[in-house]
Amino acid sequence: MRIMIRTIGEWFDRRLQLAVPVREMAEHPVPRNTASWWYVFGSAALTVFMLQIVTGILLALVYVPSGAEAWSSLQALNHGVALGWFIRGMHGWGSNFMVAIVLIHMVQVFLFGAHKFPRELTWIIGVFLLLMTLGMAFSGQVLRFDQDAYWGLGIGASIASRVPILGPSIVRLMLGGPIIAGATLSRFFALHVFVIPGVLIGFVCLHLLMVLKLGINEWPMPGRIVRRATYEAEYHALTKKEGAPFVPYAVWKDMFFAAFIILAVAACALYFGPFGPTGQPDPTIIQTVPKPDYFFLWLYALLSLLPPSLETPVLLIGPVVVIAGLLLLPFLSGEGEKSWKRRPIAVLTVSLIAITLGTFTHLAGFTPWSPHMNAWSGDPVPDRYVHNTTALERQGALVFQVKQCRNCHSLGDTGGQRGPALDSVAVRLTQDQLIRQVIQGGGNMPAYGKNLSPAETTALVAFLQTLHPKGQAPARDASRDLALSDENQAGRNP
Amino acid sequence: MATKPALAPSADATISRRGFFMKLGIVFNALAASAVAVPIVGFLFSSITRGRANGYLSWVPLGQVSEFPEGETRLATFQNPYVMPTDGKTADTACWVRRVAGEQFQVFAVNCAHLGCPVRWFPQSGLFMCPCHGGAYYRDGSRASGPPERGLFEYPYKVENGLVTIQAGELPTPGAAIAELNGEKPPCAS
Repeated sequence: MRIMIRTIGEWFDRRLQLAVPVREMAEHPVPRNTASWWYVFGSAALTVFMLQIVTGILLALVYVPSGAEAWSSLQALNHGVALGWFIRGMHGWGSNFMVAIVLIHMVQVFLFGAHKFPRELTWIIGVFLLLMTLGMAFSGQVLRFDQDAYWGLGIGASIASRVPILGPSIVRLMLGGPIIAGATLSRFFALHVFVIPGVLIGFVCLHLLMVLKLGINEWPMPGRIVRRATYEAEYHALTKKEGAPFVPYAVWKDMFFAAFIILAVAACALYFGPFGPTGQPDPTIIQTVPKPDYFFLWLYALLSLLPPSLETPVLLIGPVVVIAGLLLLPFLSGEGEKSWKRRPIAVLTVSLIAITLGTFTHLAGFTPWSPHMNAWSGDPVPDRYVHNTTALERQGALVFQVKQCRNCHSLGDTGGQRGPALDSVAVRLTQDQLIRQVIQGGGNMPAYGKNLSPAETTALVAFLQTLHPKGQAPARDASRDLALSDENQAGRNP
Repeated sequence: MATKPALAPSADATISRRGFFMKLGIVFNALAASAVAVPIVGFLFSSITRGRANGYLSWVPLGQVSEFPEGETRLATFQNPYVMPTDGKTADTACWVRRVAGEQFQVFAVNCAHLGCPVRWFPQSGLFMCPCHGGAYYRDGSRASGPPERGLFEYPYKVENGLVTIQAGELPTPGAAIAELNGEKPPCAS
């Protein structure tokens, strides 16, 4: 048996001639201290990518990339086809894992100084791999053709339209027509299934080839400086003289981690299930709150928090600056210290970016900037705010609810957070200021002058004036009191 | 060594028969590539070029005037004039119709002028509110608050024989509002 396998193997290898190069590749020497758990993320990203290809092909067996049928074919996958829900879950969770692992890999590479000479091009290709991974994540979200996908495309089109001069043409090119419709889905399908994966596979091969040719980055030692003139000789010493063969010395950790990641993706798919689809992509159903997938939530938050005048410049110039910065990084710091222990600015930059993105993502989880569309009819006015109040003040509480003030202002921690909470508004604003604010708006509040009768305004302000904590007096305009008392006195003594 | 000079760069400028044919082959392929490139590029950009000639826009009926009570704002739907067989439900579009008085209307796109999310009308407070990033508009479509830089997009309308029709067919976006899609120049372009 063994002889037969050997004979067959030799027959093939005589024609393919791959045994020697494959063995050389597998056994290429690596610096001993790179056999570390910190070095497993690159191979893990590749593992998840392969998993995505397999599950993606499986989904394509059932999925129909048609505006009319995509949504129902996803329903069929979820409910009609045996284990369709699991494959969808694997693909969806695989996508989240892939973005996360690629980001972790990038941070690790950066903090270990692996982008420095002579691995600049490996880093640059890696930046493109990150962009393509994000492109896959976005186009994949579009293929899950539901309400979020539909309105997400609208957001994409609105952003693209802001490009000077070319904007409208870019929108038509992106949508494949005048509106978000069947042609839009078809072209995102082509992008997600042919164009981006094709380029991605090519770039992954280049990326891997360079890791093999240039060697894996050695463990950074504080004080070991990278110099173009001497680096290659130093690396040669680390690998050829003191190194160990990649297989089996280092590979086992990659294998363990790869298996762990596959199991983790499967566990998430099993436990949490597939993502959506949410409601049908029917543009006439406008009772929807579209939200992007996890890895674009930070952008969603940023778009809400930027001042309007800064938005277009930031949207159009920001990505160019960020991508250019990433691409130029190895040229700006191609030599010098590799160890993160001697690169405080690098560590601070990574921390700052991570905290910023984390904060934005966290905020996008509860969207304090969005009005709560149902707060006016759903959230009750807390008892204590209407206890012992006059008829006028109660009428004001009613106006407060009916005029949807609650959608943006909370009382007793329920209601919208777009505007400030009003539990103690009477301490902050005097009666005159309240009237002015209600009627004229300002500071991001609409003016309600045209929508409130004088009687409603009076009642509303009377209610708002009762909103102050016990023991804290409501704000008052001392000069007005004085003026009024003068008037009274003047009235009494003509 | 005697055979080597054939491969070495020759001093004279004449080209060999093989070199000539190789160059001719390159030229021939370049011609073929550009001949094929014309239809490929034409196909790829067809969605833009059709829009240039306003081939997407036409007048679509929304309903009888009597369906829209005076002083109120109602949601109306219409089918996009440019339809592909695979569009399904996505060919339908919604819009807000405000009948100001008599035959005077305002027809707003549901798409927020910020990033295109569907705005909802709240008659009690007389505001359109956007669920995405918190944009708000007054009943006449003008900007009230939030991130939008302008008011709601408005479709051109006409009333003929008691029927309200609007000129529609393309997604309004901040970079291509309906007025510009209809061939009017944006104020900054003049």
